Amino acid sequence: MTKSNERKLTIARAMAEATAQEMRIDPSVFVMGEDIGPLGGVYGNTRGLIEEFGAERIRDTPISETAFIGAAVGAAQDGMRPVVELMFVDFFGVCFDAIYNLMAKNIYFSGGNVKVPMVLMTSTGGGYSDGGQHSQCLYGTFAHLPGMKVVAPSNAYDAKGLMTAAMRDDSPVVYMYHKGLQGMGWLGTEAGATVHVPEEPYTLEIGKAKVVREGKDVSIVSCGMGVHNALKAAKTLEAQGVSAEVVDLVSLVPLDRDTIRASVAKTGRLIVVDEDYMSYGLSGEIIASVTEHDISVLKAAPKRVAFPDVPIPFARVMEQFCLPNPDKIVAAWDEMQAA
Amino acid sequence: MSPTREEQHWMYRNMVTSRRFEEAIAKIYFEGKSPAFNMANGPIPGEMHLSDGQEPVAVGVCAHLTPEDVVTATHRPHHQAIAKGVDLDKMAAEIFGKKTGLSGGRGGHMHLFDDDVNFACSGIIAQGMGPAVGAALSRKMQGKPGVAVAFVGEGAVNQGGWHEAMNLAAVWNLPFICVVEDNGWGISVAKKTASSIASHADRAAAYGIPGKRIEGNDPYAIFEAAGEAIARARAGEGPSLLECETYRLAGHFMGDAEAYRPKGEKDALFEKDPIPKMRERLLADGAASEAELDTIEEESAARVDAAIKFARESDDAAPEDALTRVFAA
Repeated sequence: MTKSNERKLTIARAMAEATAQEMRIDPSVFVMGEDIGPLGGVYGNTRGLIEEFGAERIRDTPISETAFIGAAVGAAQDGMRPVVELMFVDFFGVCFDAIYNLMAKNIYFSGGNVKVPMVLMTSTGGGYSDGGQHSQCLYGTFAHLPGMKVVAPSNAYDAKGLMTAAMRDDSPVVYMYHKGLQGMGWLGTEAGATVHVPEEPYTLEIGKAKVVREGKDVSIVSCGMGVHNALKAAKTLEAQGVSAEVVDLVSLVPLDRDTIRASVAKTGRLIVVDEDYMSYGLSGEIIASVTEHDISVLKAAPKRVAFPDVPIPFARVMEQFCLPNPDKIVAAWDEMQAA
Repeated sequence: MSPTREEQHWMYRNMVTSRRFEEAIAKIYFEGKSPAFNMANGPIPGEMHLSDGQEPVAVGVCAHLTPEDVVTATHRPHHQAIAKGVDLDKMAAEIFGKKTGLSGGRGGHMHLFDDDVNFACSGIIAQGMGPAVGAALSRKMQGKPGVAVAFVGEGAVNQGGWHEAMNLAAVWNLPFICVVEDNGWGISVAKKTASSIASHADRAAAYGIPGKRIEGNDPYAIFEAAGEAIARARAGEGPSLLECETYRLAGHFMGDAEAYRPKGEKDALFEKDPIPKMRERLLADGAASEAELDTIEEESAARVDAAIKFARESDDAAPEDALTRVFAA
């Protein structure tokens, strides 16, 4: 592709484009949530939609997450394909019953006789000093509970394909987008997330991870913002003569264990990078996926670079101290060698 | 709007069917659970919430509904399921945890889903509110006919989600009706202990919608009030809130000693049992003959017997099927 053919979009724009394209061909798709109408979403992912589709299909809601997520379940079971937004994933506390007891269980409770085709978009991530109720990832919390597919794009190309796939899925999909990747300047955007996005609609397979950088000495596995940290660390390691492979999980549920295992089988070493809390979460699951399958492939004990088990602190230096970053990943490699 | 003769017969038939069903379940429930009561034992394990005495609310409302209308019900769902036309064989089989059950045994008695008649229920208090409001939204957006009714108990109105959903239905002017079954008790907590007002119908004012309380567990009065609310919703005039006084003749769950009830309360309620009362009224009004009512009762009992037989004789759920149908096929 030449530079002039390039069509770089932010994740926010890619999500909005996917939604608009799907709404044009499928009248059952509609969007509801807080500030998703004239404001275009706090993170820009519904920008321009109300102008094209009107307030009937782009519905600003009262601040009533239990009601509108529950309503999305009812509408989904009744033939619609709602896309709802939980503005910050941290707000799950006021509405988790509607999410995990209702949205995630009704297909099972009905023995598969009802479908729940809905997308729950929610923002994740910190790094901009928003404090402990507006900065979490909670990947493990959502991925732990059966009945929800969970995706977490790291770039705009994946974001568009995942969004379209999520809207076409007959099961509920939790779409976790990282605020630091959204392309909102005021959040200190990661440039690597803004990539070429084809204009025509396409889907990405939910449940398929990607090897985004090939290497032979160590596999660094992550999702969302962690992928960019991993890629930066891989560059540093390359300068030291270490060849790091980077696996972007893309989907957390279903988890593509085959791709993870194949990568670690090749490199023999594993570092998991997770912006969610360390314990009982994604990082442990990835390591278990490898070790319980075939521990003999490992040449060294696996390492985790994850958020420590503390609420997310406000002070910039404290939060930055806790967050994963490329230096910590390189340090994890060094520790692996020293061991 | 009074029920026609045909509607009265339908209501009586469904009340009797529901009662016979609960009686059959109650009897079978204790199989294998004595002398020591262990909830996990017997052909029907788990919690069991019976609806004896609350039949008038189910039939008074559902008499106005068609299969295309949506109902969400509670942890005490059998009377509503029967009145909504849920397949009785599959429902019984589900309660027994059989392969032929509505969900093949994945749900159980608090999670009955029958897509053919748009019925669902849930074990979480007030949880049916959101989905019913969402179904009403779906009908409005699609321009399709149908209303959505959420049945809840009187304890549910104190859940935050109840308020959220009432407001959402009202602010979007949806074809939605919330029917509060006021049996006076949230497990062991009396209504007056839990709520600051006597009539939850008063809460309708908070949403700018009509609210009405119907006293006396009277199927005719409930029929009339529900008819008005449902007609209003069908005409696109928005949601309503009804609170129906009713009687919980059973415990909260099977095995509940009900020591919290004031002495004599239960006996007084049994004297007001709505089924013999309706029978008397049908005869006094000349709306049915003894022979007609006998036939309805016999047919209802036979229907229940057949459903129980179907459930008993069906294959148990296959253990490994537990791992399937987490996601849509």
